[in-house]
Amino acid sequence: MTAVVEPPVARLAALPGVSTASRVAVQAERARVTGRVLPVAPALAGLLPAAGLRRGSTVAVHGGTSLLLALLAEATATGSWAAVVGMPSLGLAAAAEYGVDLRRVALVPRPGAELPAVAAALLDGVDLVAIHSETVQAAVARRLSARARHRGAVLLTFGAWPGADVELSCRFSAWAGLEDGYGHLREREVTVRARGRGAAARPMTASVALPGPGGSLAPSSAPVAVPLRDEATA
Amino acid sequence: MTVPSPRRSGELATRMLVLWCPDWPVVAAAAVGGVSVTAPAAVFSANRVVASNAGARRNGVRRGMRRREAQSNCPDLAVFAADDGRDARLFESVARAVEGLVVGVEVVRPGLVAVPVDGAAAYFGGEHALVERLVDEVSAAAGVECQVGVAEGLFAATLAARCGEFVEPGRVAEFLAPLPITELDQPGADRAELVDLLRRLGLRTLGAFAALPERDVVNRFGAAGVLAHRLARGRSERPPLRRSPPPELTLTEEFDPVVERVDVAAFLAKGLASRFCAALAGHGLACTRLGIYAVTEEGEHLGRAWRCAEPLTPAGVADRVRWQFEGWLRAAPGQRPTSGVVRLRLEPEEVVEGRSLQLDLWQNGGTEEDDERAARAFVRVQGLLGPEGVVTPLLDGGRDPAGRVRLVPWGDPREPSTPPDATWPGRLPAPSPATVLDRPVPAQVVDAEGNPIGISARDRLTATPHALSITGGPRREVVGWAGPWPLAGDRRRTGPRRARLQLLLAGEPDDPPEAVLLHCAGTENPLWTVEGVYD
Repeated sequence: MTAVVEPPVARLAALPGVSTASRVAVQAERARVTGRVLPVAPALAGLLPAAGLRRGSTVAVHGGTSLLLALLAEATATGSWAAVVGMPSLGLAAAAEYGVDLRRVALVPRPGAELPAVAAALLDGVDLVAIHSETVQAAVARRLSARARHRGAVLLTFGAWPGADVELSCRFSAWAGLEDGYGHLREREVTVRARGRGAAARPMTASVALPGPGGSLAPSSAPVAVPLRDEATA
Repeated sequence: MTVPSPRRSGELATRMLVLWCPDWPVVAAAAVGGVSVTAPAAVFSANRVVASNAGARRNGVRRGMRRREAQSNCPDLAVFAADDGRDARLFESVARAVEGLVVGVEVVRPGLVAVPVDGAAAYFGGEHALVERLVDEVSAAAGVECQVGVAEGLFAATLAARCGEFVEPGRVAEFLAPLPITELDQPGADRAELVDLLRRLGLRTLGAFAALPERDVVNRFGAAGVLAHRLARGRSERPPLRRSPPPELTLTEEFDPVVERVDVAAFLAKGLASRFCAALAGHGLACTRLGIYAVTEEGEHLGRAWRCAEPLTPAGVADRVRWQFEGWLRAAPGQRPTSGVVRLRLEPEEVVEGRSLQLDLWQNGGTEEDDERAARAFVRVQGLLGPEGVVTPLLDGGRDPAGRVRLVPWGDPREPSTPPDATWPGRLPAPSPATVLDRPVPAQVVDAEGNPIGISARDRLTATPHALSITGGPRREVVGWAGPWPLAGDRRRTGPRRARLQLLLAGEPDDPPEAVLLHCAGTENPLWTVEGVYD
């Protein structure tokens, strides 16, 4: 008698929370087509679990205004609206160089004590809300994340955020272009490392030129998953 | 004076008197700037001349000229920036002077007032007597010169005012016939394309266009062409709508707290305007004459009617309300209302069928649902923080990363004041710093011996930078530098020598260097500030 032997992959994929690579790819593609994911530059797409900013998620960016601007670029260029709260020192000329469509960006430089109300109002109507996390209390942060999830907006936070779905951190390397009084700052290699919860649990890194030549974002090496033993030592 | 009674056919427009103040933007700007009216002056928008006075024109300043070209033609030209609010504010005194003599004053735009002429001419004993009184009154009360024209219909009367003519009743077509076809393209009419086409078809005068049969004009140019054709023939823009607008379309709004500031009024006006136009559109109407009436806390009643040749869009209504508030709230002391406005009434005094307006909305790209949703969110935040709370950035021409960006409050028109693609000597090459400090931080740059360094008269650094301390903090070693980029600026304006410098600072032992952008002013005691961080 022969028992029906399931292929091992199918058996694994039947476990709750586990999926096959091809099914993940199909889901990501469907999400992208139906607009449930806001696009990001191809160089950064490999880092994010849905190959973009999934609506309803919270993405925390650590230590790199450039990375925040680069994340805004593709989404605003394809017609989404973005709002930046509490960052009066944002370099908007740099934003334009990264490809952000400034016509679709609104700034609330000084929300003051009204920050929770302002952020909540923006999450209701805007696709992408970036907030400087410095003055946000943990309870407010959780409420805003929940609001983003409910309204289908993407909450980008600059700095640590409790309960972020994906955390992106930058590791800068040296600048190129300066030669003792000659030249000018030209480009810089940045290693972006993504980790988070759920589908993003496996840490990924990618090297990008941020800024690349001409001020835009340029891919430098394809995203790679961090080997597990590196993870242990990191 | 015997005036033959005008023909009462529905086709002919009412006889209008138009009072025109030539070069109004320049007159208003010169009055505010304290420049003599006779001195050459011009008003610029986006680096191009939009209006100039006679003195400037004599020296070869023309509309559409670049500022540099205009200044090279006329070196003592006074340069002013365009400002609709200023124009409207100062024009209020002219409108008030006209209103003192004639009822039914309609402001077409700052610089142009129209009044129906029949009743007033009969009262003052003829059109010439009326015009004489008006010109005297305006120059005495407002201190500006003006020209007056009388003809049937607003379009013909405006052209008559240009030449200071009284067109005999019933002879509008003869008056218009020899005028060039380009006169059809009045400000706000948006007929440049049509006029260009007609000119290329060989129709050089209004008369030649008027001679075409109306049926052919409809076939070839559509509704917009028919409208222009009617104007060229001296008819009214559109057959008057017989029914008066239903009273429920009048929008009354109470303000608590009272409105005392123009920016608050401008913000409220936007919301009111969209509601007002939506209600009209619901009845298939659009407004061509808008009455703006206000009651102040002390019970003063203010009112003014605005006339527009084209049906008003929500943005047009909001602009006119804002201009009117500028005129009331920022008038000279004595003419200003003594308290804030508690009630505002917007009244559609003349309406036309709104088809053409709906077409216009359609052409404007149709606001998508997403855009509308985002706009609502921004307006709500403006309600929380005030109109300046939400801004949209606009990239302008300029040298420094902060000066290139202009922040426009949400809802205000986004118009670049300088062409962003022009070359700017001394502008830093891309990439720009990702953080531009809104308050630059003072710093000190020293050489290897610890002496402060500065910029020499030849725009070189006096020594190689070795270390930097920010606001008196610990010294950080400089591992790389580039510059200086001198800021030449205006050669005629002397000031401290200024330059920019890019520095690469050593970080913590394991960290990569950090790049900053510094600004330096002065040679003797250089004042260094950190302007931006490349993070």
